[in-house]
Amino acid sequence: MLVEPGTLGQTVEEIVQRHGSLPTRLLQILREVQDSLTWLSPEAMDVVAKALGLSPDKVCRVAEFYSFLYTTPRGSYDILFSDNITDRMLGSRQLLRYLCDKLGVGIGQPRADGRVTVGVTSCTGMCDQGPAALVNGYALTALDKPRLDRIASLVNQLAPLSEWPPEYFEVTTNIRRADILLGRHFADGAALRAVLKRGPEAMLEELVKSGLRGQGGAGFKLALKWISCRDAPGAVKYVVCNADEGEPGTFKDRVLMQEYADLVFEGMTLCGRVIGARQGFVYLRGEYRYLLEPLTVTLQRRREIGLLGKNILGEPGFDFDIDIHLGAGAYVCGEESALIESLEGKHGVPRIRPPFPTTHGYLNQPTVVNNVETFAVTAKIAAEGGAWFASRGTLESKGTKLLSVSGDCERPGIYEYPFGVTVRRVLEDCGARDAQGIQMAGPAGHTISPKQYDRRICFDDLSTGGSFMVFAKHRDILDGMRNFAHFFVHESCGFCTPCRVGTSLLCDLVDKVHTGHGARADLDEMRRLGRIMKAGSHCGLGQTAPNSVLDSLDQFPEAWMRRLRSTSYEPAFDLDASLGEARRLSGRDDPGAHLPDEYSDMVRLAGLLAEREAPLSDDERNLLGVMP
Amino acid sequence: MNGGPLFTIDDHPVLFQDGQTIMEAARAAGVYIPHLCFNPEFAPHGSCRVCLVKVNGRTQASCTTPAMAGQVVQSETEELRDIRRGILEMMFVEGNHVCPACEKSGACQLQAVAYYVGMLASPFTYFYPRRALDASHPDVVIDFNRCILCELCVRASRDIDGKNVFAVQNRGIQAHLVINTPSGKLGATTFSITDKAAQVCPTGAMMIKNQGYGSPIGSRLYDQESVKIVGDVAQVPESEGGRRHE
Ligand SMILES: Cc1cc2nc3c(=O)[nH]c(=O)nc-3n(C[C@H](O)[C@H](O)[C@H](O)COP(=O)(O)O)c2cc1C
Ligand code: SF4
Ligand code: SF4
Ligand code: FES
Ligand code: FES
Repeated sequence: MLVEPGTLGQTVEEIVQRHGSLPTRLLQILREVQDSLTWLSPEAMDVVAKALGLSPDKVCRVAEFYSFLYTTPRGSYDILFSDNITDRMLGSRQLLRYLCDKLGVGIGQPRADGRVTVGVTSCTGMCDQGPAALVNGYALTALDKPRLDRIASLVNQLAPLSEWPPEYFEVTTNIRRADILLGRHFADGAALRAVLKRGPEAMLEELVKSGLRGQGGAGFKLALKWISCRDAPGAVKYVVCNADEGEPGTFKDRVLMQEYADLVFEGMTLCGRVIGARQGFVYLRGEYRYLLEPLTVTLQRRREIGLLGKNILGEPGFDFDIDIHLGAGAYVCGEESALIESLEGKHGVPRIRPPFPTTHGYLNQPTVVNNVETFAVTAKIAAEGGAWFASRGTLESKGTKLLSVSGDCERPGIYEYPFGVTVRRVLEDCGARDAQGIQMAGPAGHTISPKQYDRRICFDDLSTGGSFMVFAKHRDILDGMRNFAHFFVHESCGFCTPCRVGTSLLCDLVDKVHTGHGARADLDEMRRLGRIMKAGSHCGLGQTAPNSVLDSLDQFPEAWMRRLRSTSYEPAFDLDASLGEARRLSGRDDPGAHLPDEYSDMVRLAGLLAEREAPLSDDERNLLGVMP
Repeated sequence: MNGGPLFTIDDHPVLFQDGQTIMEAARAAGVYIPHLCFNPEFAPHGSCRVCLVKVNGRTQASCTTPAMAGQVVQSETEELRDIRRGILEMMFVEGNHVCPACEKSGACQLQAVAYYVGMLASPFTYFYPRRALDASHPDVVIDFNRCILCELCVRASRDIDGKNVFAVQNRGIQAHLVINTPSGKLGATTFSITDKAAQVCPTGAMMIKNQGYGSPIGSRLYDQESVKIVGDVAQVPESEGGRRHE
């Protein structure tokens, strides 16, 4: 696995050349360099920079931005546990500690022999088959102690991944309910034949008629986007499929890319024909690395049968091809302009908008960015007609939606429903009998309490990209809120003040309350912070990061109140703990060197009294030393 | 008032030219909108978020939003003041801004804007990060504790000086300013006191050596008049207490 230092230059040069020495391939190059060297040393980054003619700080910027790229040494085996709340519900934290003990390694630190690191990462999109992890970028599912025992010994034996039990890497699709998208057969090429027969203009009319809106979450009218890109000035245009699927709790794009890739590619090719683009890109999240080879095979097969490449279906000038770019662990890269930056090989800070990608996208050329599911649906509409699609769903939300259901239910997996389905219906179908709440549309979405189970899933009511995480009665909803707050701290790109600082401040407050140190003033501060972040952040990440905290304050006030100390204000520092240094210096640790317990009781009591007019009880008098 | 497209800020009509942002048009019309990462000599950046306004009811950064005819812009409302104040508070807790011990105090645009939006102390918990000073350069000290990541020095050094001395690395709350040399030290670069990059910092993060306390606190740039009247520290000549070299 490791490369001799003497051959470092050669290894890197080879990789760079394989990518045509293109700076737009920088992220892909760094991924591969790391695959051979386990981390990106300053020397390796220097060679990359020279070979691409970039300044070293640009290469470093990219390497430091993505969480799957390492600028400090890692183990030859890099194991990352998925840290979504649904993994935690399935016991992932205990398993993480179990494996660390077994391997004799601390979290995030390489073992002394350099063989292994164990850490955590944001949701890997295996919520219906967790606890999940990644090993050297490849998905591991359904982890339990016996599997970890085996993994520990495979690591200690230096067994290559190809010798690990293949079932550890098995990813199932768990399609539980199929409707018009997943259920009906689609003949490869049907959409492309339709566009050749009827022309791009007629296809656009079908798409207008269908009322299709983007399935990534924001719900932008699809036909408007394609038309505006088609009409934008620019000789070269691009089609980009957003397969970043970073929202914790969603995995429907993974299922589409695994089982319905032809449908997605066909939708992209259709788009190319309609807007006049010859090049498409799939931006595949790094967590779905295991799909890269199968997808490459599918693309090749499509070229061979004339559905991709030059003169598609024999039509002169109908040229379109698709490249797959892998992400490297950055939720913000799901935001379309950050995604484009990343496709260009850069770090993923969202651009200033306007201008929008439809006029200034990839390499500043007009670009359509759509979600995986959206492209799949367009292919179906091209083949079957817009009216057929529009007959499903509600007035404002036509067609169907794929939901990724996970958490406390009997049948987690993918459910396709016509838009307008109630939360209650989904809960019944997935076997969630005692749900105390749902996190809809991921941490950036809505926290729903039972009062709201009759609300409808559609753009005019509960909009969603598809994540649906169920919390049963026995759960502490604040465990979820805390998990989400940490997620956003980890994923903020750091460009703008409200999100960079606000996510950390909010997270500290959630931690403070969750550990029983909060007071009412902290809840007010959360609300104010949330307002500032929503109004002030540069992109959707910061604007939605406080949603789950704000929603849960409204929907589950008792969950928050339960945790509060009864004072209206509680200092963020612990007076007794801050005496620790003095104790250390003086070598004292006897009871006299600690503040008495009553001290904190007195602080609490003083807070209570400040809010209450009733006379003191005997206990209170005693504690305060007041004579009766 | 002669013809041309118009929008309003807090009910005052503002004339603008096509291609101008709300910030640029407001500036040209003499309407102050607080800002830190905006500098009229550079392309807008949009990162500090202090310049937030409401445009037809939606909160947006005025330095990146194109002016359009008929826009109704609100700027000096209590709601926006509170949001701007909150953002300033975030900047102060993220770094270490010990204004009484800072040579820039009184001539610091960050401090002046904080006063302008009515920020006195932050209710948020201070992070107290540990960031080392860089005094390796003969003429300039960098105090990373006072950096607000406006990237003006980054842009100036890269786009005007052609030296690319500064960069931001890492992400999220780990994002920080670095010096582009293997040692990470300013002294190892070709950075010079006459560089544009030495004249743009809105805070006390970049300080000229050997010339402290030229004017007493109380009679400095922003001590007599608000930033609304005085303007950006980068636009005021050094002789008048600003940063611009003549
Ligand atoms: C922080 C953030 C993350 C996002 N992640 C995704 C994603 O993983 N997949 C996706 O399709 N859209 C994501 N989006 C939305 C995209 O910016 C964009 O709206 C979408 O890809 C457009 O496709 P659609 O119209 O087909 O939904 C994200 C947006 C934000 C702000
Ligand atoms: S809101 Fe700001 S800091 Fe957060 S991800 Fe978006 S641009 Fe980056
Ligand atoms: S040093 Fe000054 S100019 Fe440079 S990024 Fe920091 S605050 Fe901005
Ligand atoms: S001045 Fe507009 S965001 Fe900084
Ligand atoms: S007074 Fe503001 S940074 Fe020094």
